[in-house]
Amino acid sequence: MTCDAWSAKLDAYVDSELPAEQMEALHSHLRGCPSCTSQMAERLQLKRAIGIAGRQFSPSAELRRKVQKQVGKPQKVRWGWLVPAAVAAVLLLAIFFNLRIGNEAPPQFREIADLHVAALAGSNPVDVTSTDRHTVKPWYAGKLGFSPPVADYAAEGFALVGGRLDSVDGDPVAALVYRHDRHMIDVFVWPADSAASSSPARLALRGHNLLHWSFAGMNFWAISDLDASELAALQRLMSRARVM
Amino acid sequence: MSSQLSSAAQFEELAMPLFDSLYNFAHWLTRNREEAEDLVQETYAKALKGFSTFQPGTNFRAWMFRILKNSFLTTRAGLARYKMISLSDDEQDLELPAATQTPETELLALRDRQAVRQAIEELPLHFQEVLLLCDVEEMSYQEIAEAISVPIGTVMSRLWRARRAVKQTLLNRTQKAKA
Repeated sequence: MTCDAWSAKLDAYVDSELPAEQMEALHSHLRGCPSCTSQMAERLQLKRAIGIAGRQFSPSAELRRKVQKQVGKPQKVRWGWLVPAAVAAVLLLAIFFNLRIGNEAPPQFREIADLHVAALAGSNPVDVTSTDRHTVKPWYAGKLGFSPPVADYAAEGFALVGGRLDSVDGDPVAALVYRHDRHMIDVFVWPADSAASSSPARLALRGHNLLHWSFAGMNFWAISDLDASELAALQRLMSRARVM
Repeated sequence: MSSQLSSAAQFEELAMPLFDSLYNFAHWLTRNREEAEDLVQETYAKALKGFSTFQPGTNFRAWMFRILKNSFLTTRAGLARYKMISLSDDEQDLELPAATQTPETELLALRDRQAVRQAIEELPLHFQEVLLLCDVEEMSYQEIAEAISVPIGTVMSRLWRARRAVKQTLLNRTQKAKA
């Protein structure tokens, strides 16, 4: 298929509306076509900007209360049979919400995927190029309100390429860039709400694998078109010990 | 009483998670907080009343948004906004002056949330609603088609034109600011 033909499908691609086989075929084409990749990144950026700007208005607590009252359950009920029903309903809801929350992707994941694709489409995916963590880490000083852990894992197959500044949900974050064979990996890092560590959770979007986890007070999001098991190897390295 | 209870509870469980999204969409349509609040309340009242007609297995979110949009159409503001749409609008491009920009300036414009918001505001209603449902609510094309009662091909063509118009507006604004 020609670039013109693929170009006509880019909107459907960024909207995840193409059939699975076409998504995969277009994804393969994008790997080898800088022109189409650039067009696709432009569309992603526009979609993301509209998504952010369009979520503009929030309802008042008063309106929420009114509507909640409007749709609330009838009050006059006989408690005798309601108690076991309520217990069953609570149990079902607990199961339902656990399952739903477990399957629901965190809100940042599309933004992370967009940032990664946009960076790959750019002429240079890093703001500071260095394999030396003593160069990359100080580069972030004064640019972020925190100090991201930076390490080179070249000996283990994951060479540090450099770093750049990005923004997730309006907050500045560190984006560490690694290379594994010919694959680029972005690892986005920002402070976590608590010091508790979490196991890696896996997601996939548009041919990319994402892993996110918390460790030593930081949130980590790794994304690449690498195989998920190889991406997990980098996650294990980064969670091995706190790198200062 | 038991079926009434389960129906109300089921409606509440399905409908309340959509509250923020419905309000945001209502405010975009009405461009006014009070009217948006009235519209949301009217939507919930109609939906609750007609919940027995909702077919399980079909898309509840699209159903709620369709009720909201249809309710808006019956208001004075809704009638006024829809009156401005001519039948041929779907076949015509939005009229926008051409501009030439570099990718760098375009990126800068995209990072200006206020500029993007204004560019969306300037869209005719039938382009704006498709864009918001797709890029803000992340609805599928099929869901959007159900929500606004148009064929899926119309959704795709309106979406394409809306995005092109927003992009062009941002480029023109950036160019004007630099001049």
